[in-house]
Amino acid sequence: MKAKRRIAKVHKDTRAFFLFLLPSLFGVLIFVLLPFLDVFVRSFQTVVTKQFVGFKNYGTIFSNQAFQLAVKNTVRFTFVCIPLLVVIGLLIALPVSKMKSAGTIKSLYLFPLAMPTATIVIVWKMVFYKQGFLNLILTQLGEWTGLWGEVHFDYLGSSASFWVLVFSYIWKNAGYTIVLWLAGILGIPNELLEAARVDGASERQCTMKIILPNLKGSLYTIVILSFLNSFKIYREAYLVAGAYPEQDMYLLQHLFNNWFVNLDFDKMAAAAVCVGGFLFVVIMLLQRVWDNKT
Amino acid sequence: MSLHNCMARWKDIKKGITVLLIMIPTLLVCLPIILLVTGSVMSNGELRQHLSPVFSDALDYISWQVVPDYPTFENYSKLLFMTPQFFILFWNSIKMVGCILAGQLLVGVPAAWAFAVYRVKGSRALFALYVVLMLLPFQVMMLSSYLVLNRLGMLDTQQAIILPAVFSTFPVFLTYGGFRCIPMQLFEAARIDGAGELRIFCKIGLPLGKSGLLSAMVLGFLEYWNMMEQPMAFLEDKSLWPLSLYLPEITWAQAGYAFTTSIITLIPAVFVFIWGQDYLEQGIIFSGLKE
Repeated sequence: MKAKRRIAKVHKDTRAFFLFLLPSLFGVLIFVLLPFLDVFVRSFQTVVTKQFVGFKNYGTIFSNQAFQLAVKNTVRFTFVCIPLLVVIGLLIALPVSKMKSAGTIKSLYLFPLAMPTATIVIVWKMVFYKQGFLNLILTQLGEWTGLWGEVHFDYLGSSASFWVLVFSYIWKNAGYTIVLWLAGILGIPNELLEAARVDGASERQCTMKIILPNLKGSLYTIVILSFLNSFKIYREAYLVAGAYPEQDMYLLQHLFNNWFVNLDFDKMAAAAVCVGGFLFVVIMLLQRVWDNKT
Repeated sequence: MSLHNCMARWKDIKKGITVLLIMIPTLLVCLPIILLVTGSVMSNGELRQHLSPVFSDALDYISWQVVPDYPTFENYSKLLFMTPQFFILFWNSIKMVGCILAGQLLVGVPAAWAFAVYRVKGSRALFALYVVLMLLPFQVMMLSSYLVLNRLGMLDTQQAIILPAVFSTFPVFLTYGGFRCIPMQLFEAARIDGAGELRIFCKIGLPLGKSGLLSAMVLGFLEYWNMMEQPMAFLEDKSLWPLSLYLPEITWAQAGYAFTTSIITLIPAVFVFIWGQDYLEQGIIFSGLKE
């Protein structure tokens, strides 16, 4: 009797589950999953005649110089930005968590998130331009200290443009990271810290031995979300320098866009499968590692 | 000076340094806004004077003045009263963002509810798939979106932007976080009282899971108000463009215009930001929840 009732409940749950999920699942199927399957198939075909060519498209993109450059730059950008963002966020979140005015500070840091990219790019252009504000300030600093003369460095047209992007990314996403860190820090039970203090632990010891080890879970999500947001840097890059920027700034996003404009769908399909598959594996691995740790 | 005094002094200094370290980035956040606001009320002549190094190859620097000599709303009135194109794009932006958010509410919220409340075989795997989809960047999905939009004959219409966004899985994930915070016993109690599933969703789920839902809306607004990749790829007709693509079209020669447009683009985002700040924060925290 009891077993029967349980089966009835499972059945009812399943029905309710699918009824609530159906519209979304249907859309995801039509707009995401099936088309991606289509792309997967196309990655083994030629564009026009749709002949099966095996792994030829994959061979083409891996020997393609633009692809190599874009992958190199994207990887470099990721490996520079994410650790930097994570550490800067933590360094700010730690003192802020002890402040009374944490709310105000948090919202100030979050504000760049609300700034439309097109808006902020106007400002960056004025700052990093050859005769822009940064060089003006540096020149005045040089005059004041007497150490150097006028500075006319072109940040946007040289390899420094990469660092302009890094700066812009951190400027925009610091608030997001700080909020996540703060949530992690405030989630640590207060009794734990109180007990340590009663036992005579210094503030530094509290931070090193209690707060940091307890933030491992936050670290995982911060890394994942920073990564997700790092792809959106394309907007800044595109608006500052257009579709074919200085080569240190040429990211995978540029390459995809240019292939799209040129209708190079075969290369695009192969690259989408590679990048998508790679991301899938990385996310799964990270999740596995994290699950084992906690 | 006694040791105690010295220690107290040192503590003060340390505190001062911390405050300073936190204030510097704050300044970095505020300066761009000051720059934009002052630029938008400067007369064109004055702007040209300040920005002339941009047009000439001379070696002098750009300059600025926080309080313009002759503040004027000339650029605002020109933009608001004499540029019909601007209104079309502003309206496009509002329309697209509104449709996307409404669609996400209708589609994403029930889906989140399904994942949060019902433990069905396979639901965890499906949810993991949703999470991965939410993390894939637009460029990876660009070709597949193009293919399906082409097949449905939606290219170069605003549906091409709206529909794929409606089925984005990010809001599902955020709303899910909100629903998970409701104690399950509430649903059990309601079921025992004879409430149907739909009733439980409307009467308990929606009111109590409001924060997750609103946070998805706030983050969604900021994201789609700023949307560039999708319209750039799928809309050729410039009269369908959102405002976020109009701004980059303005050249330096019309700098005053650019500043004014920036400010007006910024205003709705600022309102949503101020109104929804708590939800925004909540949303960020939900986005960091483990599934």
